[in-house]
Amino acid sequence: MKSTLTTTGALTAVATLMLSACSSGSGNGGESDSGSIIVFAAASLNQVFADLGESFEEETGISVDFSFGGSPDLAAQMQAGAPADVFASANERNMDKMTDEELMEGQPQRFATNALTIVTAPDNPRDVEDLHSLSADDISLVICAPEVPCGAATQEVAELAGVDLSPVSEENAVTDVLGKVTSGQADAGLVYVTDATGAGDDVTAVDFPEAAEVINNYPIGVLKSSKNSEAAGQWVDYVVSDTGRDALADAGFGTP
Amino acid sequence: MSHAGLPRWLWLPAACGAAIVIVPIIGLLTQVPYASLWGLISSDSALSALRLSLQTSLAATGLCVLGGVPLAFVLARARFPGRRMLRSLGLLPLVLPPVVGGIALLYTFGRMGLIGRYLEAGGISIAFTAIAVVLAQTFVSLPFMVMTLEGALRSTDPRYERIAAGLGASPTRTLLTVTVPVLAPALASGTVLCFARALGEFGATLTFAGSLQGRTRTMPLEIYLARETDPASAIALSAVLMVIAFTIVVATYRTPKQARA
Repeated sequence: MKSTLTTTGALTAVATLMLSACSSGSGNGGESDSGSIIVFAAASLNQVFADLGESFEEETGISVDFSFGGSPDLAAQMQAGAPADVFASANERNMDKMTDEELMEGQPQRFATNALTIVTAPDNPRDVEDLHSLSADDISLVICAPEVPCGAATQEVAELAGVDLSPVSEENAVTDVLGKVTSGQADAGLVYVTDATGAGDDVTAVDFPEAAEVINNYPIGVLKSSKNSEAAGQWVDYVVSDTGRDALADAGFGTP
Repeated sequence: MSHAGLPRWLWLPAACGAAIVIVPIIGLLTQVPYASLWGLISSDSALSALRLSLQTSLAATGLCVLGGVPLAFVLARARFPGRRMLRSLGLLPLVLPPVVGGIALLYTFGRMGLIGRYLEAGGISIAFTAIAVVLAQTFVSLPFMVMTLEGALRSTDPRYERIAAGLGASPTRTLLTVTVPVLAPALASGTVLCFARALGEFGATLTFAGSLQGRTRTMPLEIYLARETDPASAIALSAVLMVIAFTIVVATYRTPKQARA
């Protein structure tokens, strides 16, 4: 009998463990109450949104939780049912995915723009002047792969300038491009102005005329599924307010 | 046979454990676009990624054998101060996130790195070359060789070696004619494990070597990139890598049994 008891006890313990292991992760965590919202935002907004989130909470008492990531990943997560109240995308295409499936409340509004810039090591030791100087053989250039948004923008500016870029690496993310330049692995890279601003003294940004022709628009909107659409709307208003605009401008974003 | 009897309740958590691994594999296999599979995996970018992956993984495996085998012998058989420290450091890549390995390599062999700056001055640039890929792969897979071989060495009877030495064989001869043959199965599984780990290397490569078709973009990097625009292609390539990995596991897990027989 004793062995049966032990067996049953062990079985129960193991089953409980397995069940709790299996059930964790479904539900709870993401429930919105009146005092908090969840914002899914493009990775490039990380710093400025985190700062705005703090001042927003001080003013309104509404706390903001962020999930930063690549816009395509975020859109895919929300389409699969991830709980979010607000989506701020780094380009129109990924917001369109959401509006096409009627997941957004009303029409999302543009709140910021971003453009490409060249970054080099501090003080531009290789004397990069524009896109044309990047095609020199002895300059190791890193850009985004054409498959990702920053790479598509890179292709566009290169075509506009009539330059044939021959990079030593095509990265998946603009942050990887920046990393290759700040670490000194590459001589130059093409990143967004906000990335260059964020890197501060670690890089020197070199603007080029074609960049103004290829502008990324950032749309923001409230999700239909938001359980707290009032607070979510307040956050959107805050982002497009003068306070929000100023913070975005400080981070290097343009005004739409 | 009583000693082999397992408590029956063990089957439940065992099934749960197996399901955690097997169900996602089935999940992936159900998404494979079998009709267009050949077209997807025979594209230029896929083939060059596969070729590069195989070449660099083989090179990395070679380095693991050249460096890992002697290291395992030293760790298992030699007595010297700092041995435990050396082992802990040598096995570190096993528990380190690969991206950390990539950063470490970057600040060692990168253009501004500890050693890289001297290489650069001497006209040798590793950055963004297949050599960088091989270095990243070797960094993460070497511990597999050391661990597999050191474990096997510790469980073999050193008497044979002592007898050989007693019969007048030099340490080198003893090593090559007595120790190494006994260890052949462990050496084989260590080699295959190194190859498998090198083939799957992603984080350190992405961080340290960059990503350019035909030069540094290996299969895992190609899959990661394809995922952005062409999920079907990413799934097809994942399936290919999974088949290769499965073959490797089947090959290695047969060896221990044969070794005991």
